[in-house]
Amino acid sequence: MDRRDFIKGAVGAAGLFFASRYTRALPVEVSVTLVRDPACVNRGVVDVPRAGMLLDRLLREHFNAANPVEILRTLFSPRDRIGIKVNCLSGRRMSTHVELVDALVQRLIQAGVPPRNLLIWDRLNSELREAGFTLNAWGKPVACAGCNGLGYESELTMHRSIGSLFGKPVTELCTIQINVPVLKDHGVVGLTLGMKNFFGAIHNPNKYHPNGGDPYVADLYSHPDIGGKVRLTIVDALEVQPEGGPPFQPNWCMDYGGMMTSADPVALDRVGWKLIEDLRAQKGLPTLAEAKREPKYIHTAALLGLGEDEVASIRFREV
Amino acid sequence: MAGLNRRSFLATAGGTCALALCPFTSLLTPASAQENLPEARVTPHPALHWEKQSGRRIKCTLCPRECLVDDRERGYCGVRENRGGDYFTLVWGNPCTLNIDPVEKKPLNHFLPGTKIFSLATVGCNVNCKFCQNWQISQVRPEQERSYDASPQKIIEMAKQSGSPAIASTYTEPVVFYEYVKDIGRIALQQGLKNVIISNGYIQEKPLLELLPYLSAVKIDLKAFTERFYKEIVGGELKPVLDTLERLVKAGMWTELVYLVIPTQNDDAAEIRSMCRWVGEKLGRDVPVHFTRFHPEYMLKTLPPTPVATLEQAREIALAEGLHYAYVGNVPGHPGEHTYCPSCQAVVIHRSGFRVELDGFAHGACKKCRQKIPGVWV
Repeated sequence: MDRRDFIKGAVGAAGLFFASRYTRALPVEVSVTLVRDPACVNRGVVDVPRAGMLLDRLLREHFNAANPVEILRTLFSPRDRIGIKVNCLSGRRMSTHVELVDALVQRLIQAGVPPRNLLIWDRLNSELREAGFTLNAWGKPVACAGCNGLGYESELTMHRSIGSLFGKPVTELCTIQINVPVLKDHGVVGLTLGMKNFFGAIHNPNKYHPNGGDPYVADLYSHPDIGGKVRLTIVDALEVQPEGGPPFQPNWCMDYGGMMTSADPVALDRVGWKLIEDLRAQKGLPTLAEAKREPKYIHTAALLGLGEDEVASIRFREV
Repeated sequence: MAGLNRRSFLATAGGTCALALCPFTSLLTPASAQENLPEARVTPHPALHWEKQSGRRIKCTLCPRECLVDDRERGYCGVRENRGGDYFTLVWGNPCTLNIDPVEKKPLNHFLPGTKIFSLATVGCNVNCKFCQNWQISQVRPEQERSYDASPQKIIEMAKQSGSPAIASTYTEPVVFYEYVKDIGRIALQQGLKNVIISNGYIQEKPLLELLPYLSAVKIDLKAFTERFYKEIVGGELKPVLDTLERLVKAGMWTELVYLVIPTQNDDAAEIRSMCRWVGEKLGRDVPVHFTRFHPEYMLKTLPPTPVATLEQAREIALAEGLHYAYVGNVPGHPGEHTYCPSCQAVVIHRSGFRVELDGFAHGACKKCRQKIPGVWV
């Protein structure tokens, strides 16, 4: 597989799905890959080597290539300034796991990305800290900071239903984003996963939760500085929570030992929704629709041309 | 917000027709009143008016939105946070702006005219008006704007030092810093100061009634008279605001109304007539209504400023509907700024911008015909 084939089949999120809005006839295969290793996590304690191996397996399986570092080398150049968007709202347990991000950072550096070009970021410094990340100023090797420390643009961005100040990680600091969301139920919008994760990039996310986040989640993601810069999404499903989210709820949080990826942000959210529904059914919980919090924004995103929300049209592989 | 220096810019940029809308300007103090205050850190203070739900979730019952807020999350206002199943305000004692304004800037035309009013705001708002003039402070979270450490007692001391007979919670939305307003009001009234709020009226009945003993007057921004406008432009509802207005008047609270007239959005003559008729019937003809001029801002930058003729027409409609006190606002020097005696039509209080002359007014009445003029005069 050469670089051209590789990107055609895999990258998508940064360009293909924005392009696909205007070129729906392109034969872009929509695939979502989930890998699992139940021994990877035990009540929140992550087996670091196994987490690294699971990440490698995810990359190999999804991109159909042997060497994870080479895959990343194909996806990213040393000139890219890469933001790694984590989700740290829920403290140590139901946030993006530090161990997964560490494994990703190691491989990016091995792939030739200078450590000074890496920024782990979320909304607040305090939330990053509480999730176990160590803050490090922008410009230092592998920076880690919240938008409150890095700053917001002073000019309002108006885009569809959104009127917000964008955080500098998505505007001036980074040229590319790697999205590393967690898979969990959300008490207001139904599901918080890949697209919703970028609510952490704006100054006023509280204004965009009414109506189940619809159309706001999709509208925000459709902005070129948001979805348009996402080149890779790695879903952290080491632990998942099918009920009681977004905060960590010990009675609903479960070891899952999973990681998932797709080039299609809508397909990824749609599959994540299905996985949550399956777990809810196993636990005798009502569906999200019955709980009156069906994540309608996923369908809206599909209507915007951001990706595929028909389950039958998504090639889902659990490996 | 990093890099934002609007406050310091506008502190010296007075004199424009938009003055009445802007929290960062004061005719009386060239610099902000908060200069000597220590900077605040975001600290939680117990919130009022909320209910526990299952799974550490809470329901906020302060405003009609009734946000369901999970642990570590905040409500729509962005300043009230669930921490472990208890609810906290993050802005108590932390104003982001403090100024000494003319009371006419609020605008309150029947409340201690010609006096200064010590004015403050914290960040946050429970709606998201697309025309908000103060969105840089109303639509941000506490972490995103510099705030100051000022207890209610400190506010009282500063107000007294400034020579202001009253304190106004204004600029953003006092409902979302409810506990602070209440504590300021309690001390202010004890110590002979008055306490007012400049509000959108989007508050539930119980918290409103509990706040009233600590207030001296209220100005409500009635943003339109259609639910459509409230839903699409404000992000709220009209009905609860009308309910608030009726409750205020029923409770005997001095209340004035502002209706910001926005071209093509809420300037239809029939809508304004309906609103005026409702005011006359439900609130009474003595409730002042200010028709103020819109200036393009925030998400409605493409609309033009309100033509003065539209404001004049709105005022004429109000008078034709029998309202006694209809004003034109944000048009300095306009004759619609004056207070006219509803009996003999004499100018009772003459205004030009924030300059006030009380030559036609004495002891709460028209000097010419002795007609009583309702309001708070002492």
